[in-house]
Formats: sequence, structure tokens, C-alpha cells
Amino acid sequence: MAGDCEKKPVLEMVQADGGDEGCVTYVLHNEDHTLGNSLRYLVMKDVDVEFCGYSITHPSESKINFRIQTRGGIPATEPLRAGLTQLNDVCQHVLNTFQARVDEFKGKQDQPME
Amino acid sequence: MAATMSNVEEIRSRVILQEFGVKNVHTTDYPGNYPGYDDAWNMENFKKNFRIDIVDMDENTMEFDMVGIDASIANAFRRILLAEVPTMAVEKVFIYNNTSIVQDEILAHRLGLVPIKADPRLFEYRNAGNEGEEEDDEEGSEIDTIKLQLKVKCSRNPRATKDSADPRELYLNHMVYSKDMKWVPIGNQADVFADSNIGPVHGDILLAQLRPGQELDIVMHCVKGIGQDHAKFSPVATASYRLLPEISLLEAVEGEQAERLRSCFSRGVMELEDRDGKKFAKVVNSRLDTCSREVLRHEDLKNLVKLARVRDHFIFTVESSGVLPPDVLVTEAIKVLMTKCDRFLNELNTSNVE
Repeated sequence: MAGDCEKKPVLEMVQADGGDEGCVTYVLHNEDHTLGNSLRYLVMKDVDVEFCGYSITHPSESKINFRIQTRGGIPATEPLRAGLTQLNDVCQHVLNTFQARVDEFKGKQDQPME
Repeated sequence: MAATMSNVEEIRSRVILQEFGVKNVHTTDYPGNYPGYDDAWNMENFKKNFRIDIVDMDENTMEFDMVGIDASIANAFRRILLAEVPTMAVEKVFIYNNTSIVQDEILAHRLGLVPIKADPRLFEYRNAGNEGEEEDDEEGSEIDTIKLQLKVKCSRNPRATKDSADPRELYLNHMVYSKDMKWVPIGNQADVFADSNIGPVHGDILLAQLRPGQELDIVMHCVKGIGQDHAKFSPVATASYRLLPEISLLEAVEGEQAERLRSCFSRGVMELEDRDGKKFAKVVNSRLDTCSREVLRHEDLKNLVKLARVRDHFIFTVESSGVLPPDVLVTEAIKVLMTKCDRFLNELNTSNVE
């Protein structure tokens, strides 16, 4: 285990002894289905990922175990990082589109009044 | 429409409603699942197919279509709207006097649930007993706390007619409403929020009833919080989505059957069309359907229609509690998800995880 640099860890990495870095369980603290499921979707979209899944350890613990297994010895950090970046990009695009549409809609609403 | 769709395409893009269950519920378009399909993530394709249409919006509610996104991400937005977009709510109640019949804790709970109109983006979280206990319990500061006061005393109405039995006439101040919660600015708040009118969203929420001689003297502290911690912080009355229904007729249906078929769906979904003196059923607007599946109870009709839902077409309904306009809530929700990504990306990049 690693990542206990502070009192409250955000992300931990669990690896079996001698296991390769392509098969890793990450512990995401203070997360649930919200990030877990959307991130799992994007990580599974990666061609190099053989398996990706997550579980909520216990309803009273606010953390999830996020498992990634990759093909061909690629470090699991890579698809995780890519997934997070893609999710961020998706959100940015959704945000831009949404705001553009809202402005458009408000503009249309204002017109007939004048 | 759906009849011409190849089977694989249907499995990928439609959820099928059947008599005894729902088929093809899960997303299956992952790389390697379907030969001949390139299902790897492609940002360009996503941008090309993604679209949002705003159907309706007013100050408290909005409906919009989000098309071309996976359920997992749409659901993340919904979950964040319910539980992770911050708002201000009464968190601490200092009861100096309460001689009403409503017990202190019940009254405190009621006060907590009153939506408070104040822009949560302009406030900080109050750190909960993190740095020593002495300071945070009593006084909050102007950056993280809104102070409200409720001071009401009930008395007899001297002008009431003698034989009146109506409490509205007999007593003064016998109904305590949320509009009696008065904002007490802390520090520079009076200047900063001069025109934002901080206070309860609705003035007509009944908090307690009093009788002559009873009084309430209460000071409240509102803090910033999220729905995950307590439902009073949730900024929405509801936030939900449904998938766009798709109803397709597999054969021409006429006469009495057509009439019955139409009555199986919500009003406006199906109409009768006159063709050579015969009435034929025609799907007009499947969006209006509630997907009751009533048609599947009719033996002779159930094989004439196909009921489906479009997997990536989400009809969102967001109903704000009045604290922020619904479009702001949705943008905030999207930003919350981006913050989550950033948090873990930072952690991956900076720390010793590897």
C-alpha cells in the first residue's frame, strides 16, 4: 500500500505480492457509484484493458475498490489516468454544449417579449 | 423503423420492453464485444453524436434532452444533482426560549429543512471541528455562515369580538411562518449581499403555532453543505431522467383493433389515420408514452407493436428547490464531476501512489 502521505488518503493502490503492475486495485476514498460507474465505463472503453470493475466495500464505508487488469503488461495507472482525463474532457464538452443551449434558449425566450 | 434495424444494432442501442421483463438493459458496446465494430473511446465521435436540447425552462424547473452519452455518466450527473451540489441550510439552532408546544428538537429539525435563498458559491465550507473545538462551535465567520433570527411572541388580540372562536381573530402572531426568519448580517455581509435578499425561499412555510404567552426566541446559523451529509442540503426537489420511448408498429392495424391500440398508450402517442375509408393506427409522438406496457395485456395486439427505449437519449427533469435556478444547478453538477476527476488526476501525478 502506498499513498498515506497525509492523514486522509485520497487514493491508495493495492497490489498482490509480486503481482505485476497491470493488475491493480485502487482504493478511491470518499467516492461511490457516481465516479465509480462513469470511470469504469471509460476505462472499459480502453482497448488495453482486460477487466475493470468496482465495488463498494460496505455501505458504511465511504470508499470504493476500483480494479483494473490490463493486457500485455501495461501499467494499470495508464488506463486509469486516461479514463480520468477522458471523463474530464467529456464533462467539459457537456458543460460547453449545455451552456450554449441554455443561452440560446434564453435568447429565444426574450425575443417575443420585445 | 426498428424493424429495419439489424439485430446487433438493436442490442447496442435499444432497451426492449417485453411482457415479462426488460431486455438489453446494460451497456455492451465495449471493445472486443462485437466483431466489426470499433468501440474504443473516441472523443471526436462523441462530440459529433452528443447533443443537448432544452425543451422547457422556467425559474424553478427545466426539462432537457441529453443525447449520445452513456447512462453511467448521465447517472453521475443525476446523482450529483441530488447529493453533491452544495447549498446553504440551517445547521445550528440556538434556542434561547421556546415555550411553544413544539419540542426544541422537532422545531430545530423543521428549521433545518427550510430552503435558504443564498448563493452557496459565495460561501466557504465551515471546517467541522478540524482545528480545535473552541472556535467553531459558537460563532461562524462572514465567509461561511449566515445568521438568521426568529423572534415571535403570541398575544391576545384586544380588538377581537367577544364571542369569536376563530384563532385568527383571537390571537396575534399565533402562526409562525418561515418569513419570520430574519437575516442578521455578520461582518461585511450587509454590504456584500446587499441586493441578494438572503432568507427563506418560501415565506409561507408554517413552522409552529403559538397561543397567548408562548414565545420563540431562536438564532440560527446556516452553513454550506451537501445532500450526501443531510437531505436538507439537497438543491433539488427532484432530478430524474427517463429514456426516450420508441414505439413501432410491426404491421398495419385497422378498425376496432386500431381504436383499442390507441387507448393502450398515453394520450397523444397514437392517432387514427384515415386511409381509403379505413382507420389505421399510427404512432405520432412516442415521447409522451409512460411505457405502461398496457398493450402487452391484449393477446391480439401484443405481437403487432414493438416497445423500446433509446439507450442513449435521456430526458432530464430538474426541479430546483428554489435556491438556485435549475440551469445553474446542472452546470454546477457537471463541475463537481470535473473536480472529482481533477482530484484523482492530481493525486496520480503528484503523490507516491506508484
